[in-house]
Amino acid sequence: MKLPIRVILTATVAGVALAGCGNRVVKPPVAEAVPQAAAQAQDNGGKYTVDSLDSDSCLRQRVVYFDFDKSEIKPEFQAQIACHAAYLRQFPGARVTLEGNADERGTREYNLGLGERRGNAVDSAVAAAGASPSQLNVVSYGEERPVCKEHNEGCWQKNRRVEIVYTAKQ
Amino acid sequence: MTQRIFARFLATLVLMLVAAAAFAQGLSGDVPTIDIKNGTATATPIAVIPFAFEGAGLPPDTDVTAVIGNDLNRCGQFRTLPKTDIVEYPTRGSEIKFPTWNLLKQAYILVGRQIENPGGDIRVEFELYDVAKQQQLLALAITGQRTGLRDVAHQIADLAYEKITGVRGAFWTRIAYITSTGTGNNIQYALMVADSDGFNPQTVVRSREPLLSPAWSSDGAKLAYVSFERGNSSIYIQEIATGAREVVSARKGINGAPAFSPDGRKLALTLSFAGHPNIYSMELAGHQITQLTRGFAIDTEPKWMPDGQTIVFTSDRSGKPQLYQISASGGAATRITFQGDYNANASIAWDGKHIAMVQGSGNVYRIAVLDKTTGDSKPISVGNLDDHPSYAPNASMLLYTATEGPRDVLYAVSANGRVRQRLVLADGDVREPAWSPYRQRGQ
Repeated sequence: MKLPIRVILTATVAGVALAGCGNRVVKPPVAEAVPQAAAQAQDNGGKYTVDSLDSDSCLRQRVVYFDFDKSEIKPEFQAQIACHAAYLRQFPGARVTLEGNADERGTREYNLGLGERRGNAVDSAVAAAGASPSQLNVVSYGEERPVCKEHNEGCWQKNRRVEIVYTAKQ
Repeated sequence: MTQRIFARFLATLVLMLVAAAAFAQGLSGDVPTIDIKNGTATATPIAVIPFAFEGAGLPPDTDVTAVIGNDLNRCGQFRTLPKTDIVEYPTRGSEIKFPTWNLLKQAYILVGRQIENPGGDIRVEFELYDVAKQQQLLALAITGQRTGLRDVAHQIADLAYEKITGVRGAFWTRIAYITSTGTGNNIQYALMVADSDGFNPQTVVRSREPLLSPAWSSDGAKLAYVSFERGNSSIYIQEIATGAREVVSARKGINGAPAFSPDGRKLALTLSFAGHPNIYSMELAGHQITQLTRGFAIDTEPKWMPDGQTIVFTSDRSGKPQLYQISASGGAATRITFQGDYNANASIAWDGKHIAMVQGSGNVYRIAVLDKTTGDSKPISVGNLDDHPSYAPNASMLLYTATEGPRDVLYAVSANGRVRQRLVLADGDVREPAWSPYRQRGQ
């Protein structure tokens, strides 16, 4: 049952791509290149498909948490780092931004530095596990983007994080 | 004898009224409140008598004497005679009965009047007297538009302050700060500028992405700040009067912590494009940069010493953040803080001898002042997550951010730590205050 759906989906995407060709004058070339690539890359013979980002339990993990004033990656996040590195290796066109964050303690500019240090730690680990450095970009938001705004450790530990954000999936 | 008893009775009455007034102020909700921390035993008593209005039209909306009184009270060096204790209303020196004010234990008295000019402007004439010596110290007049009388009042407070203390007043100055309102995807950030007492707020720039680290140019005409509106941090310089702005740094990595040099020719900043956050100096003409610090630590929050020769910055090169200083042309850095686990984000007083900073111990972060001569530091705030001190240009007061419940709010504190005032400026969070340099007329 699963296979026919994918075939239909692929056909639909291809159809969109073909329809895109008819509008060549108004649409920039990039707009039609994307759906074509999607049609091929759904299954490029590797371990993952693009859908795995939404379905694979490891790839769905996109946040690495840190201890206070630390940027070392804890052992429990190694599996997450490894599967994202494997995905990036399989899809060389995929790009991620590693968004570094800090909790509210300390000064805002120092925390920008701390967020970047954490982003760089994840960047190095993902690259070491096989992703190309050109696929990775680090942005630090310091303490400017908390996911939790209470003043206790329960909340702070949620904010000391690097978020793995896919800006291109393939 | 009866007179002495009467004087004692009067003194007791005054004390009760002061206490009642302080209590009433403590209870009021959304107006800026004055919170006297350690009493005002050393503050100088001064009577500011309501300035009479002399004109055919309506009196101005601005209560000039209330603005002057508030300025003098919140700097911690004065306490004004409560309105309820003002028993006579002289409006010129010749009308002052000195024994009355002597009995009320006032050291100084300020009287004045507001005269409506034919064009509608208000000419505020004022006289300052030393009560014990019965001597005139000031007799001046400042003219302003009806809508500009807060400016006039701040300038009068400055002149009285300078005459009595010998130090230039800094009430007629401005403050810049960041506000953020809303949550999740609806957060709005704004860089604001207001009078030093929080009145007349104006928006300089709005953004849906974080804004931080506002810094004044030495002439008070421009602000540098960090904005994430391009996705990553970038440093902008914006002219306040026109809104014209330019991006001066949008490199890979961090573009942060801008600080104008005292001569206005350079900008110190933090850049991490080379791998780690380090301090750089940028020529504002041409934007070429010179790297001042090196290494793998987080070096940030550069601040210029008043002579422009030395830069103080935060670095965690020794493990935790501490303050260091380095020549403005680079070289070796020297550590200057040794008390406390965490010392960061310096604000340097005009004398270069006192440095306010964020001092952390465990989960408590407070504003402390480092005496650079002795190396000792003393806390002057009482919160748990206080941040971002900023000295007034005469170092009589500081602004800082305190986190109270879910909100960031601004506090003004006297340099001696005795008087704190919560400035309620906006809904949502208000943070990162930066006190402007002295203003020049026409600015």
